[in-house]
Amino acid sequence: MAGLAHPKTAPSAGLDWIPRVWNNRLVRTTLYQAVLFGGVIWMFAYFTGNAVENMARLGITSGYGFLDRPANLPIGEGIIAYTPADSYGRAILVGLLNTFKVTIIGCVLVTILGVTLGIMRLSPNPLLSGLVQTYIEVIRNTPLLLQLFFWYVIVRQLPAPRQAFNPLDGVFISNRGVQIPWLEADAGLWWIASALGLAILGSLAYRRMAMARQARTGEFTPVLPLALVLLLVLPALAAWLFSVPIIPTIPELKGFNFVGGTSLTPEFTALLTGLTMYTIAFVAEIVRSGVQSVAHGQWEAARSLGLRDRRILRLIILPQALRVIVPPMTSTYLNYAKNSSLAVAIGYPDLVSVVNTTMNQTGQSVETIAILMAVYLSISLSISAFMNWYNRRIALTER
Amino acid sequence: MVLKMVLAAAAAAAVLAGSGAADAGATLDAIKARGSFKCGVGTGTPGFHYPGSDGVWRGFNVSICRAIAVALFNDPNKVEFVPFTAQQRFPALQTGEVDILSNNTTWTLTRDSQLGFNFGPTVFYDGQGFMVNKKLGVKSAKQLGGATVCVQPGTTTELNLTDYFREHKLQFTSVVIEQVAELRAAFFGGRCDVYTNDSSALAADRSAATNPDDYIVLPERISKEPLGPLVRHGDDQWFDVMKWTVYAMIEAEEFGIKKTNLDSFANTNVPQIKRLLGMEPGMGKALGLDDKFAYNIIKTIGNYGDIFETNLGAGSAIKLERGMNDLWTRGGMQYAIPFR
Repeated sequence: MAGLAHPKTAPSAGLDWIPRVWNNRLVRTTLYQAVLFGGVIWMFAYFTGNAVENMARLGITSGYGFLDRPANLPIGEGIIAYTPADSYGRAILVGLLNTFKVTIIGCVLVTILGVTLGIMRLSPNPLLSGLVQTYIEVIRNTPLLLQLFFWYVIVRQLPAPRQAFNPLDGVFISNRGVQIPWLEADAGLWWIASALGLAILGSLAYRRMAMARQARTGEFTPVLPLALVLLLVLPALAAWLFSVPIIPTIPELKGFNFVGGTSLTPEFTALLTGLTMYTIAFVAEIVRSGVQSVAHGQWEAARSLGLRDRRILRLIILPQALRVIVPPMTSTYLNYAKNSSLAVAIGYPDLVSVVNTTMNQTGQSVETIAILMAVYLSISLSISAFMNWYNRRIALTER
Repeated sequence: MVLKMVLAAAAAAAVLAGSGAADAGATLDAIKARGSFKCGVGTGTPGFHYPGSDGVWRGFNVSICRAIAVALFNDPNKVEFVPFTAQQRFPALQTGEVDILSNNTTWTLTRDSQLGFNFGPTVFYDGQGFMVNKKLGVKSAKQLGGATVCVQPGTTTELNLTDYFREHKLQFTSVVIEQVAELRAAFFGGRCDVYTNDSSALAADRSAATNPDDYIVLPERISKEPLGPLVRHGDDQWFDVMKWTVYAMIEAEEFGIKKTNLDSFANTNVPQIKRLLGMEPGMGKALGLDDKFAYNIIKTIGNYGDIFETNLGAGSAIKLERGMNDLWTRGGMQYAIPFR
């Protein structure tokens, strides 16, 4: 019997390190993570290999050489000059700038209009807050794509160019967009633009000084008069110094379309309006919740100091509300940038539209999708980095 | 919890790997195993490919795919139609989402080589044209300088358009919209002065306007557009089945064999007809099909002329002339390779 008992215990004595190691927390978590990581790597390698193999089997050539080939694509509008003889690379750049254009203008509009709407939503006037609430509910609960089509159809219902509305001299509203007078493009305009930029920087610096002075001495220095003078005088001075000819070009109907001036195309107008109207509903709710998150005692304390409501909002409530507002605003801006890719549905030549066409004409699906992903990732990460920096700046410094 | 996640990830990876491996087999084998195939068509152009009010796909291009289904399975319904926009179609065929495209795709060098496709016989010889509103008083495409042009992206149409305007030193502004229905609405709504497409498609789109008589197609044809079905590289047998299905329909028209008079050829002495209709064996077998595949196609679908007339010609709302698409014996370009 003893002989039987011995072999029973001997192997368990030799292997009892297994449960000990297996139950070690560090070993287990490391092992699981290693397996998961290995699995992810394997999957990635598998799909890459699969794609490469299939492309080779179909005889599809890979690489980014196509970016230098002439694109031959028509692009309806762009910030930089483009002709179909230019390369695919430039065509994609035109699309990218169009995406930037709608995103940057949109984010500014969304901030201003959204904050206004959010504050109106808090108004004690039941008619005003009720109207805003209805707007928010309707807009937030219908699909964005549908809203874009709606705006595009609305803009398209405007009269033909030959019957265009002509509310002011040189302003035409038709189904080809809104045409307004503009300045003749001239290299000298850069001087004026630089002067304007300088004036803005100067005004901001002066405002900073004025605020520092007020904090130190309590004396209030008005900023607006000097800022206005700077903004008007500097560009004018630049125009005079460098004798930039200021020649306005005025749109006029020539043949099929308007020639001269500048225009907002129906596609851009519909996209900007649609995205903005949609996004401000979200911003309004973010602002409302932010303002409501500030303790009511702050209002009462400020009123007891004799401040008026508008100043309380601007100087006391909004700065504190910002801490709640900024993080969700980041994702709203990100959504705006990403939603702008719906432009493709209504014919605005944004990045997605141009890249899709490039993919189709060259057959380089993998490469073009990689470009798209890289670009949207960079845009999103930049917005996110900026907003995180801003968030840290306004965060409550706890001592 | 972590273990569960690992297992789930491993299972997902295994499933994905499995589906990837299934694609590696030859297209025709996979189709036969499945008992049907997938045919990519356009999202809706009257006459060529459009879903009827009963949800059944109809049209000239649809008939080509149905004929292939008859050749393979003797059943016109053993094919699934998947609509794609011009921009989506090529990746769909490349990745195996569909087995064939029959959607007015123009045969070009780049597509035949770099994109990895094989084009079958040209089933429709076309040329690109311009459609304008009559009110503009335009008589020729050379008067279109400064116009706004509606065009579908990802097509040879948009490339020819830029070529033509560059060649004639004319300026234009483009409006490109991917969905054909939206693009048509933009043109008929006055967003563009000009709509450019293959002239057959223009005629089809014009027939869909609320007031077709307000629009004219300008006389210029600015390009050659040989339109036909295409498959991806990698399965020559499947490519052969597609080619010879089309040739069978053209050959039948050449011999005057129609859907309606097919059975009157039962006692024919003409050897070519006997081979075509499978009374003398060998032709179908060589393709891996039933010897009577051509007979079945003509019986269920009809010959080339039949499908042209019903979908695009006198029997349709579009009323296109046969023109270049008539048989070579009548001065056109449709010419079948001998069944021998």
